[in-house]
Amino acid sequence: MGLVARHAEAAGIPTLCMTSARDITRAVNPPRAAFLDFPLGHTTGKPHEPDLQRRILVEALSSFGTMTAPGSMKELPFRWSEDEEWKAKAFAEGDDRTPRHDTPQYQNEEDRRRAEQGNSPSCPICRS
Amino acid sequence: MAPNGTGLAHYGNGEKPVGPVDYIPRIRDNYARLGYKAYNWVVNRDTPPWAPLRKPLSQCRLGLAASGGIYVAGQVAFHYKDDISFREIPTDVDTKELRATHFAYDLSDARTDPNVVFPIDTLRRLVREGFLGGLASRFYTFMGGIYSSRRVSEDLAPRLTERLLEDGVDAVLLVPV
Repeated sequence: MGLVARHAEAAGIPTLCMTSARDITRAVNPPRAAFLDFPLGHTTGKPHEPDLQRRILVEALSSFGTMTAPGSMKELPFRWSEDEEWKAKAFAEGDDRTPRHDTPQYQNEEDRRRAEQGNSPSCPICRS
Repeated sequence: MAPNGTGLAHYGNGEKPVGPVDYIPRIRDNYARLGYKAYNWVVNRDTPPWAPLRKPLSQCRLGLAASGGIYVAGQVAFHYKDDISFREIPTDVDTKELRATHFAYDLSDARTDPNVVFPIDTLRRLVREGFLGGLASRFYTFMGGIYSSRRVSEDLAPRLTERLLEDGVDAVLLVPV
């Protein structure tokens, strides 16, 4: 995502990259980043906690007005849990990646049926 | 990074995890275990480009691009092997119609509340509250986890940027997983 950020910014669009993987984002070095120390899959908050989700984005988006140096990263003041046990778990689980098939991976069969019928909303696929 | 370069050792021996998780060593180990060739992490040591925000957020139209694999029911879903396509999500979409598919994170929370990786309701609320001026008429989603950084730099990133320029956004929020 940092590559997209750099490309858009070079075209004149100010960008802010959220991240929960600080080391990866530091390496790519996007113009502006906001780090949320949450488990992967929660880059903009916890599920069903709209007030927390709102506070996270307000803190993050405020960086547009406060950051002045390219390559800045703000550490957002939120914790997933008091004990941070999830971090040990993130490593103990090892490889949890699913096989890399090159066919569409639908959330459910009904989605597949609807997509294959072709009655999808505008611009369903934007391929190169 | 842990002294021996592996994420596992960093939190071994009953040590309490401290500070952010290092994902680069973890993912490198996973790829090695899967027999993939070593992933070349993108490392940029130069100063990134910079475009200052020209007006207050309360007057800005915000765009969003997210790589959590979100699609709208009825669209063709993403696949898991270097998928560099993207989907256009209308910003007036019914949140209940959003789906999540991805190979690299636990989807259970994103499938019950897509706002954890695609903050559509949050951003619409910030517009209602006047914190943001407005939203682009469409947001963009893709898969991430694309093995070739060259294909991202030369294909996906320019195509997304072109769209964002067409959409006339004043700023864009980028949400990876």
